[in-house]
Amino acid sequence: MSANDLFLLAVTILFGALVSGTPLLFATIGEIFSERAGVMNLGIEGMMLVGAMSGFAVWFYTDSILLGLLVGMILGGLLALLHAFITITLRADQVVSGLAVTLLGTGLSSILGQPYVGQRVPAPFTVAMPLLGNISAQQFTLVIVGLIFAPLAWFYVNRTRPGLNMRSVGEQPSAADSLGINVYLIRFTYVVFGGAMSGFAGATMSLITDPGWVDGKTSGLGWIAVALVIFAAWDPMRGMWVSYFFGLLRRLPLDLQNPALPLISTAHNPQLGRLMDMLPYIATILILIIGSRESIRKRLGAPAALGTPYVRGERGL
Amino acid sequence: MKLNGANYRLRIEARLDNPNWIGLVSSIVGVLLALFVGGFVLKAAGADHPVATYREIFKEGFGTFEDWQAGISAWMTNTSCPKGKLCFGPLSDTLVKASPILLTTLACIIAFRMKLWNIGADGQMFLGAWAATGVAVFLLPKTTDRWLMLTAMALAGTLAGVFYGAIPGFLKARLNINEIITTLMLNYVAYKWVEFFVVVGPWSIGDFESTGRFPTPATWPRLTEYAEQYPIAAGLTTHPGIFLGIAAAILLAWILFRSRWGYEIRVIGNNPNAARYAGISLARNILLVMCLSGGLAGLAGMNEIAALRELNGRFPRGYGFTGVIVAWLSRLNPIGAILVSLLFGGLLVGTKLIQPQGIASMLQGVILFVVVGTELLFHYRFLLEKVETVVTESVEGVS
Repeated sequence: MSANDLFLLAVTILFGALVSGTPLLFATIGEIFSERAGVMNLGIEGMMLVGAMSGFAVWFYTDSILLGLLVGMILGGLLALLHAFITITLRADQVVSGLAVTLLGTGLSSILGQPYVGQRVPAPFTVAMPLLGNISAQQFTLVIVGLIFAPLAWFYVNRTRPGLNMRSVGEQPSAADSLGINVYLIRFTYVVFGGAMSGFAGATMSLITDPGWVDGKTSGLGWIAVALVIFAAWDPMRGMWVSYFFGLLRRLPLDLQNPALPLISTAHNPQLGRLMDMLPYIATILILIIGSRESIRKRLGAPAALGTPYVRGERGL
Repeated sequence: MKLNGANYRLRIEARLDNPNWIGLVSSIVGVLLALFVGGFVLKAAGADHPVATYREIFKEGFGTFEDWQAGISAWMTNTSCPKGKLCFGPLSDTLVKASPILLTTLACIIAFRMKLWNIGADGQMFLGAWAATGVAVFLLPKTTDRWLMLTAMALAGTLAGVFYGAIPGFLKARLNINEIITTLMLNYVAYKWVEFFVVVGPWSIGDFESTGRFPTPATWPRLTEYAEQYPIAAGLTTHPGIFLGIAAAILLAWILFRSRWGYEIRVIGNNPNAARYAGISLARNILLVMCLSGGLAGLAGMNEIAALRELNGRFPRGYGFTGVIVAWLSRLNPIGAILVSLLFGGLLVGTKLIQPQGIASMLQGVILFVVVGTELLFHYRFLLEKVETVVTESVEGVS
């Protein structure tokens, strides 16, 4: 294999990593917003599944990918609204409510998604690109949207007034409240936004990056997103980089099946390929370990009020 | 809000007392409400009549009154069930399903009591099944005495679960790493691990993607093996696993409510700071509880594999999550868990043959949600009060 071929292969693998990392990017940044406002949402996996299922179903009947993405986004947001009501208004344990959202989303998507298992899938609209060859235009567009979204999110969080309000609500809600910021409204807004991003992420999976619906489509990606938030230190740009890295890990077992690869190809060793499916999950645990070390050193910058409900007039943060 | 001409306002205030009835009532209300909500989902998924579907589920899961009557009279006269069918068939299958549910539930209960969210009972169960298989098929000779073999499998399964629970336990105790994420990730690692061994790996026989049928000593004896003495038992699959679960439940209840360790666990769960001031070691208890929790889930894996009699790529996922819900519904009470596990075993058996598939998992999700929600609602009083003057600043924290 010539150097030129290797280069082209590397470009293909990298593009694949961007594609498979982009849903993760949306989910992770959505969760960053929610947590920056002080609400932990462990329901990402459930919202992604509901988004993926409903998005696929809508596409199935309307043939419109955009409409599917929109519906996935809305339903993800609705599930998040439920989580917001239970944790912000009723001040329930955010962990338990988040788990319930995930289980509910898993069950709902499983039962309502039955007719769509193994159905026809959105056909990619192929375009010829330099270096990459024939690729799906939807995937290419999605990657571009992700690449624009992450810096915008970073700018919003760190450089704008609403972003500042959001951070203050997550750091010290009582102080924000005394300045006339509506803590409850802001928390509701960003929890719903985070859910909508998760639903969108799920829909992009079933419609664009990995078209089709099967039960448990997201296979734990929502939980990986929760872990990535910590590793990204609640920063959207870092969230983007780690999402792409995990996209690469998810793609790797597929890429390594390519018999053209020298030395590391798993084409003749399917057992190894099976074991490599574990990579993203083991890597998640590893980055949590690394992140925890760092947190001891620098405290990483977790929002101070993360996980605690705000009650006006009560002592606390 | 306008009512009878006067202005009323909904006021939500927290209850200062926590009466005992809240738990039971919110569980019951939760299940009823979940069935109600689930009815709409069933309707949306294409069921003609949700109530009829529920009735069917109950019949499939627990049997009909007539079958029970016939069964009991046949049992009394020591004859076989009339009409050539299984009088206690549904109940028997339900007991089989209930035993792994009960064990994973207990695994969740002990961890949740300490507010340690072990969502990884599924993975621990997989690893338990894997280890038990290793002992049964690849380590001990096929002619080993049955009870010795089963004991060895139970030990192996439990130990594997202990090991698999200890990983997140250690990470939580030492590095304060969120156990929800680690246990969940380890679920997927365990699925892939078992898949690796039986689908493409060293344990698969030819192209069957399976270890093949276990030798007889490595399987639970079923009731049907005693059909010669007791004709009523013919065809029944019930095995002693349910007693294993019940024994574990009683032991766990004793640990939680009668032992010093259980007291420590409950103190940590209620108030970790108070526990720390009282000199209770958090790290040590986190590790120990995760080991016990993982061990119980591992035992569930051994129990299930000894009932299924072969390990293949279709080893059932999801018992760990059912355990989470059953644990919550039974108010983290091991004895109550026995009853709720039976109900959920019936739910699983009853929904197996019924369309649309997936009713069980949907209902489980709805149930957990509704129970969490109703319990919280009961912790508040809802008062409608007259608004006398225009209040400029809202006092209550309701947006």
